[in-house]
Amino acid sequence: MAIFGLFNKEKKDKLDQGLSKSRKGVLEKLNRSVFGKSKVDEDVLDELEEVLITSDVGVDTTLRIIERIEARVAKDKYINANELNTVLREEIVELLEEKATPDYNDWDLPKDKLPYIIMVVGVNGVGKTTTIGKLAYKYKNAGKSVYIGAADTFRAAAIEQIEIWSERVGVPIVKQSMGSDPASVAYDTLSKAKNNNADVVIIDTAGRLHNKINLMNELAKLKRVMQKLIPDAPHEILLILDGSTGQNAFEQAKQFTKATEVNALAVTKLDGTAKGGVVIGVSDQFKIPVKYIGIGEGIDDLQIFNRREFVDSLFKE
Amino acid sequence: MFENLSDRLEQSFRLLKGQGRITEINVAETLKDVRRALLDADVNYKTAKSFTDAVKEEALGQDVLKAVKPGEMMVKIVHDHLAKLMGDEAVDINLSGKPSVILMSGLQGSGKTTFSGKLANMLKTKRGRQALLVAGDVYRPAAIEQLKILGEQLEVPVYSEDDNKNPVQIAKNAIKYAKDYGKDVVIIDTAGRLAIDKQMMEEISAIKKAVNPNEILFVVDSMTGQDAVNTAKAFNDILDFDGVILTKLDGDTRGGAALSIKSVVNKPIKFVGTGEKMDAIDVFHPKRMADRILGMGDIVTFVERAQEQYDVEESRKLQKKIAKNQFNFDDFLKQIHQIKKMGNFKELASMIPGVGKALRNLDLDDDAFKGIEAIIYSMTPEERQNPKVLSGTRKKRIAEGSGTSIQEVNRLIKQFSETRKMMQMMTTNKNAKKMMRKMK
Repeated sequence: MAIFGLFNKEKKDKLDQGLSKSRKGVLEKLNRSVFGKSKVDEDVLDELEEVLITSDVGVDTTLRIIERIEARVAKDKYINANELNTVLREEIVELLEEKATPDYNDWDLPKDKLPYIIMVVGVNGVGKTTTIGKLAYKYKNAGKSVYIGAADTFRAAAIEQIEIWSERVGVPIVKQSMGSDPASVAYDTLSKAKNNNADVVIIDTAGRLHNKINLMNELAKLKRVMQKLIPDAPHEILLILDGSTGQNAFEQAKQFTKATEVNALAVTKLDGTAKGGVVIGVSDQFKIPVKYIGIGEGIDDLQIFNRREFVDSLFKE
Repeated sequence: MFENLSDRLEQSFRLLKGQGRITEINVAETLKDVRRALLDADVNYKTAKSFTDAVKEEALGQDVLKAVKPGEMMVKIVHDHLAKLMGDEAVDINLSGKPSVILMSGLQGSGKTTFSGKLANMLKTKRGRQALLVAGDVYRPAAIEQLKILGEQLEVPVYSEDDNKNPVQIAKNAIKYAKDYGKDVVIIDTAGRLAIDKQMMEEISAIKKAVNPNEILFVVDSMTGQDAVNTAKAFNDILDFDGVILTKLDGDTRGGAALSIKSVVNKPIKFVGTGEKMDAIDVFHPKRMADRILGMGDIVTFVERAQEQYDVEESRKLQKKIAKNQFNFDDFLKQIHQIKKMGNFKELASMIPGVGKALRNLDLDDDAFKGIEAIIYSMTPEERQNPKVLSGTRKKRIAEGSGTSIQEVNRLIKQFSETRKMMQMMTTNKNAKKMMRKMK
């Protein structure tokens, strides 16, 4: 693997630390299952199935991973049970690479798409506002000028919440009052950002369950209104998924994509005990790349997702 | 709610229905499907396993072999086990204290603040209690503000100390405030916390000690995956909570977390959140939920909701009108408003057995009535009261006024007169019986 620079080393340490709780569960279970075994047998595979399913990887992706391990065992004949960890890591990374979605590496922005418009969407309580705060902080630190648009005009105190984040990070915010038209807020934000030559605009939206048709249509409207000002906006429609969500995450990804052409995912709350297997499952089932992961409550606890680093960190010994 | 799980089970049972009897071989296939369905529904791995084992044991027993239709027998066995797993009857909250103190707990984003508002509203409007909301989340930006806004909307007082960062103290002071100002229920909202955050768990434990709540509620997102059991267990180990609140059940999650949490911590699920509006709160009925899982609908909740909105006087008037064949578009409009008051139309319809599945892929929601309403609103009072006067020119005007087409106006008028005919038939006993026979 490439040599890590100082920045990457720091990033890796943070990732390791953030995922320590998730990892603990995965490894403990796996170690227990292979303890005293000299080779990978049916029992070990059963245990592996349990480990993956209880990590929320999902039945389909779990079966795919197990099939791969089985094939590997058949081919290599004598895989030591202790090697299972390494094999598992390799197979998962390979599985994730099959989709060939790009891995992002830094906070650079495409130069032909400035200001770069990010519209943040997701169901209620997944951490949209917090993620926006962290994103603004990261982009600001990368030397970009950032604008935030408070287009969650529905939930009580949502505007106040994002406003506090904008103050914390020190970036301008565009807002109207509670109950106003979110599309109008988005339009205002884009026009201000454009006039001030901003680099990034992050638009917050109200949490909505993906089976509420009216609310999903509202997102399409938001998008249309933004396009009046910047024809290819939003450049990034970022769906936030809660890392402790189970199989419904797939339905969320499907429905939001149908309504608004989501082209990036962020998975939050990975510092909890939930195993975050949803990252693996979603990467396997969808062509939409996981772009960011949230690994803590601090303003700095957001990272650009890298498959290999993530899997390595999750199964680190 | 659990529609997807019902589908899966239904399919499994259909396989079984073709068979003459349940054998070790065909039951194995079905149980594999049942287990897969449970896992897809986020039921905990271990719970799913013990569940299918128990079902298998019973399915292979004597009773089943005697059963005429093994498929139905399996439905019953699976249903009984599901109901058992989720607990017995609905359990109410303990409001015995003076004041009664309710402490909310849960992870970030589970819906504690919204649910606190709903609970306060319910206790106020349905049980005549004097509720006090307490803003105990001093960490999340604008969390206090959020509760204050909800309190204002609901006209329920909110106790907060904007400069105090100590939730234990705030909770204590709030209880004193409640006593001084005659509030008999105190609902303490708290910050979301991870079960592994030692410091934060100690804090909520200290709040518990300081205010000695009558009821500690654990709020959990119904979309939670396999980790639900671990989190519930960790919170229960520290707080020994009294009940579970399942939120966001108006989504399409299969809600398996509900099945497992109960079996792991042995605490009842007391309420469910079913929408963003402040009255979107329901009591949790384990048996009904099991019915629902098996695609038997949730007709009881439907009837209860209808009863709440039911106005005896109005309905007596309406019946008279129907009998005299005077039911008009104004009444029709009133009926629509009544249905809308009962809640989300699709959600309501899905509670009727057999309807949920048919509706799932339809774009049905409150807007389904919008066109109808627009047409009626575009009619003159005379036209509404006496639909007979609706001539071609009038219809054209109505179509233009409501932004619809003449065809749509015609369709509504036709529907209306058919409804009227049917209603009249059903009001007289003799005819009603005839109708029933026809339906058979």
